[in-house]
Amino acid sequence: MGQQKNLEGYVGFASLPNQVYRKSVKRGFEFTLMVVGESGLGKSTLINSLFLTDLYSAEYPGPSHRIKKTVQVEQCKVLVKEGGVQLLLTIVDTPGFGDAVDNSNCWQPIIDHIDSKFEDYLNSESRVNRRQMPDSRIHCCLYFIAPSGHGLKPLDIEFMKRLHEKVNVIPLIAKADTLTPEECQLFKKQIMREIQEHKIKIYEFPETDDEEENRLVKKIKDKLPLAVVGSNTIIEVNSKRVRGRQYPWGVAEVENSDHCDFTILRDMLIRTHMQDLKDVTNNVHYENYRSRKLAAVTYNGVDNNRAKGQLSTKSPLAQMEEERREHVTKMKKMEIEMEQVFEMKVKEKVQKLKDSEAELQRRHEQMKKNLEAQHKELEEKRRVFEDERANWETNQRLEQQKMEASRTLEKNKKKGKIF
Amino acid sequence: MRSGQRDKGNQKTSGDYVGIDAILEQMRRKAMKQGFELNIMVVGQSGLGKSTLMNTLFKSKVSRKSVLATAQEKIPKTIEIKSISHDIEEKGVRMKLTVIDTPGFGDQINNENCWQPIMKFINDQYEAYLQEEINIDRKKRIPDSRVHCCIYFIPPTGHCLRPLDVEFMRRLSKVVNIVPVIAKADTLTLEERDFFKKKIREELRANGIDVYPQKEFDEDAEDRMINEKIREMIPFAVVGSDQEYQVNGRRLLGRKTKWGTIEVENIAHCEFAYLRDLLIRTHMQNIKDITSSIHYEMYRVRRLNENNTAVSHANGLPEHHLSAHEM
Repeated sequence: MGQQKNLEGYVGFASLPNQVYRKSVKRGFEFTLMVVGESGLGKSTLINSLFLTDLYSAEYPGPSHRIKKTVQVEQCKVLVKEGGVQLLLTIVDTPGFGDAVDNSNCWQPIIDHIDSKFEDYLNSESRVNRRQMPDSRIHCCLYFIAPSGHGLKPLDIEFMKRLHEKVNVIPLIAKADTLTPEECQLFKKQIMREIQEHKIKIYEFPETDDEEENRLVKKIKDKLPLAVVGSNTIIEVNSKRVRGRQYPWGVAEVENSDHCDFTILRDMLIRTHMQDLKDVTNNVHYENYRSRKLAAVTYNGVDNNRAKGQLSTKSPLAQMEEERREHVTKMKKMEIEMEQVFEMKVKEKVQKLKDSEAELQRRHEQMKKNLEAQHKELEEKRRVFEDERANWETNQRLEQQKMEASRTLEKNKKKGKIF
Repeated sequence: MRSGQRDKGNQKTSGDYVGIDAILEQMRRKAMKQGFELNIMVVGQSGLGKSTLMNTLFKSKVSRKSVLATAQEKIPKTIEIKSISHDIEEKGVRMKLTVIDTPGFGDQINNENCWQPIMKFINDQYEAYLQEEINIDRKKRIPDSRVHCCIYFIPPTGHCLRPLDVEFMRRLSKVVNIVPVIAKADTLTLEERDFFKKKIREELRANGIDVYPQKEFDEDAEDRMINEKIREMIPFAVVGSDQEYQVNGRRLLGRKTKWGTIEVENIAHCEFAYLRDLLIRTHMQNIKDITSSIHYEMYRVRRLNENNTAVSHANGLPEHHLSAHEM
């Protein structure tokens, strides 16, 4: 460890933060936010309110307006610019969550989606060409709790238990304008108690060395989970234009910290803790995923998989060779398989043809036999007929002779009378 | 006995009062002596304000939560059916009110067949009544534990009915009178509320769900007119509260938030008053009549037909053709 040295003049590396800042501004930022909750809890409205844009509008209605049979995971990208800084914001929505009669495993598509994003990042990190590494990992998951006023539902607990190790979970109380301040307090306490009871690790705000910041962080921690109200309609209250919801009994203002915790959420999510969320995702959740995935692969112990496990220690060229060889073996295998299939098919066809040939032969024999039988029959008939004919002819001759004899007798009789 | 002549314009001769209309007075006195029975069932997910609404409706602590003091509200693992009875009285009229609560409905992760315990309960009540009726030696007044009305609480999502809601209402509208209400309506603005109601009515129609007041049981034109008005407002958007606040110098039931106080009985705020009038002030007797003359009769016919095919008059009990029930 080096000693700390005091400088004797101005060197100038104090401007490093500025350089980093300028570079980041040029590069732009990415942030992926996921919203999960039953339909009708105001998720789309809250997103619109948070980023002051109409992600979901009349032309592209939010997922809640369409009824879903199964849980879908939908992504929506928006490029937001402010003060020269640009932010590529991706909102991942999960319509259909918790809406069916049977909601067992409705969290599975969400877990699969998060894992697939991690896998994409892992693959792009391990690639040879790493110039473009788009970070589409989910940095934060806002979970909307229905304002029942009692406690968490079994579905809430199940979901958070399964996702708290994969993503930063921030629970929110949705539609908080339905709770009076006292009910809200009780509800929050009850929720935090249940979260601790079930050992759910929600996103924790980091402690800093700064006194001022620590106080702010403590204030936020006391108000967890944040009770939010969303709205993008502007209403006039006391000659001030504010965003809020107009009721017959008053206007619930979205940005009034007396009314709800929306400002705290917005400040925390965008203004102060966005980078921290990304860091925690990268350093904790992603690393967990990565080590688990690679450990699983190496544990298999099969020869052709071992190479994959030692990916990080091989040089790029060797890795390319490896990949090429793999590819070639795969192709060869496929070729052999196809040939086999082809052979099999040919054999089948030949067999079929042979069969049909034998069939035809048989039929031919059959027909010949039939024909002969018929022939014999006819012969038989003919003989019978001939016999008959012969008989008839003999009969005829006999008759004729008889007739002749009788005639001559007649003649003789006539002649004989003269004697 | 209230005697006296009522001067009717179309009376034939002034001295021709027979006194038939005094039967109304006799019935009233008898009813007051007997008292009424009303059994209401509340169904809905936990946290929708069912118990609070019951307390508000009857302006007293009649829900199960007031009777059994539970420190923490734990969601039960299976659906339970809890029945609490109260005897309440107003202006000399006594009523035995039974509130049947169904904690655990729709709260699990897998809610398949969660309506079955409820249907079984309703049919069991019909069965009990039927057994009493068939008895050779039966009581003068059969205790009526049949469910007269089932209030179904729809969560205020603002979009449409959930599959669970549709399934439940479809099955139960055939055995009991269902009154759907939008719970915790203070979360919807007026436009959202109208949109939501329209969507719900469309879906009910599309699925063939007949909620109270059912169109086919309208007796005459006057009934139809009144009921049409009600049907246009269904489902009622209600807010419940059992706490009083000071508003404009009056003490009212309401909910106090930082941006205003919601008055429960103010029809500009929510439709609780309409629900209360429907259930208690105007249609209570009609609800009970439909339960006994239609739903119960359907059950009875089905049951007795089953009996006929299974057992051929084994105990020689002839079929009863009862003309009138005692309420």
